[in-house]
Amino acid sequence: MNAAEVAVPMVELSGVTKQYGNGPAVLSPLDLEIHKGEFVTLLGPSGCGKSTLLKLIAGLTTPTSGTIRVDGLTPKNAREVLAFIFQDPTLLPWRNVLENVCLGLELEHMARERRVKKAGELLELVRLEHVAKVYPRELSGGMKMRVSIARALATNPRLLLMDEPFAALDEMARDRFNEEILRLREEQKWTAVFVTHSVAEAVFLSTRIMVLAPNPGRVHAIFPVALGFPRTAALRSTPEFDAMAVKVSRALRGAIAA
Amino acid sequence: MRRRVLGAVNAAAVFVALLVVWQAIIWIFHVAPYMLPPPLAVLKAAGARLPLLLNALSLTAAEAAGGLAASVVVGIAIALFFARSRWVRRMLYPYTLLLQTVPIIAIAPLILMWVGAGMPAVTLIAFIISLAPIIANVTQGLISVDRNLVHLFLMHNASPAQVLFKLRLPHAVPALFVGVRIASGLAVIGAITGELYAGSSRVGEGGLGYSILYASTQLQTDYLFALVAAATVLGFGFVFLVMILEWYFLYRWHESARTLETD
Repeated sequence: MNAAEVAVPMVELSGVTKQYGNGPAVLSPLDLEIHKGEFVTLLGPSGCGKSTLLKLIAGLTTPTSGTIRVDGLTPKNAREVLAFIFQDPTLLPWRNVLENVCLGLELEHMARERRVKKAGELLELVRLEHVAKVYPRELSGGMKMRVSIARALATNPRLLLMDEPFAALDEMARDRFNEEILRLREEQKWTAVFVTHSVAEAVFLSTRIMVLAPNPGRVHAIFPVALGFPRTAALRSTPEFDAMAVKVSRALRGAIAA
Repeated sequence: MRRRVLGAVNAAAVFVALLVVWQAIIWIFHVAPYMLPPPLAVLKAAGARLPLLLNALSLTAAEAAGGLAASVVVGIAIALFFARSRWVRRMLYPYTLLLQTVPIIAIAPLILMWVGAGMPAVTLIAFIISLAPIIANVTQGLISVDRNLVHLFLMHNASPAQVLFKLRLPHAVPALFVGVRIASGLAVIGAITGELYAGSSRVGEGGLGYSILYASTQLQTDYLFALVAAATVLGFGFVFLVMILEWYFLYRWHESARTLETD
């Protein structure tokens, strides 16, 4: 990465607030900079505006005031660098796995042959090449989520937004997905903004954790995570991991009480 | 497969049992043939007038099919319009309920007056009576798309046409078939009812409804029974055809089709 690239933050929010209609403020003025290569996790109780924040960065909703820049552009103009992974796999049930992974490429008018090749590569990456022709109803929840991840990564995003993608999975599956997502990041080098309720997940994945407090949503505490990469399952049983998790948990309790 | 054969055999057994009961009632209570003809007489009457019967059947089938096809095309078009905004739906949706609640028998004379007797009038009645379920179901299918899926499409800068053809319309296909299945039965009923009022007035040229009316005035009860049976078969045939189409389009991916596949 050269100096010029580093200079432009991947995501830049200044004075961003959000209010739906005349309701209470969902986000109080928020300033935030996310640099290229970071894995930032937004952690907080319900109502702290973390999903709203993600939608603002994705350009799916507009801020009431303040400005948002993604890779130096407005979110709507930056959609080519963005990809979103939802809590539900949100697959199209009438398309098989391969066609689902192709969706983004298809919407961006990539030629059929090229997109099928690309989608095939992604399926290999998430180890699902054997179910390429299978329809979503035949898949387990975990496999559906892997299809969803492959679909998001197919368009070569440089910023990946994830809204509690593993919340519906059991703990073991979730741990495996956390390892998987770090492996994919290692290969593809995207920047990530990740929303979760789970402290362990936040510590395992992130380079930085932002604990948000509710009513209105605001930053309560920020923790850089000084654990090195690559991270493996073994990290979860180290004292450093535990110490970090304890600190973050304490801050989270503080955020809920605040 | 074995279970399916067994099911067919059982259904046939019920049919035979019904015929036996029917014949038994005639023997035990000495019912006059003009009140309740025996099954064999019905079969004979059908055989004797087979060309006439088939002619009536095909005419009614054509009217019902025409009305149904028109209501599918017009219904989808109206549903697409309704799906565009909640405001449009609120304003116009109540009027589609009128289509459903209007007593078709009451407006048939009006249509007869406007269009004149014959096939166009009957097709129009079949169309009117089968339109509402298509509009209601397709609209529901078009607007009940998962919000996140819409967001996903927006994230890829999808055009409105892409959202429509790659998301909303495919999502509405199962609902469309629910609507068409209901509408197909209604279209046949509509065609027959329509013929009672607006069928062709020349003997030998009317459809099933007209023939039923004619047979009843002539006290040809055996032929009347044959006509009613033909009408029932027609309605069943329509629904069955739609179910086959539905299975063909949905078996790969939709939950409703899966039970058909594995039964």
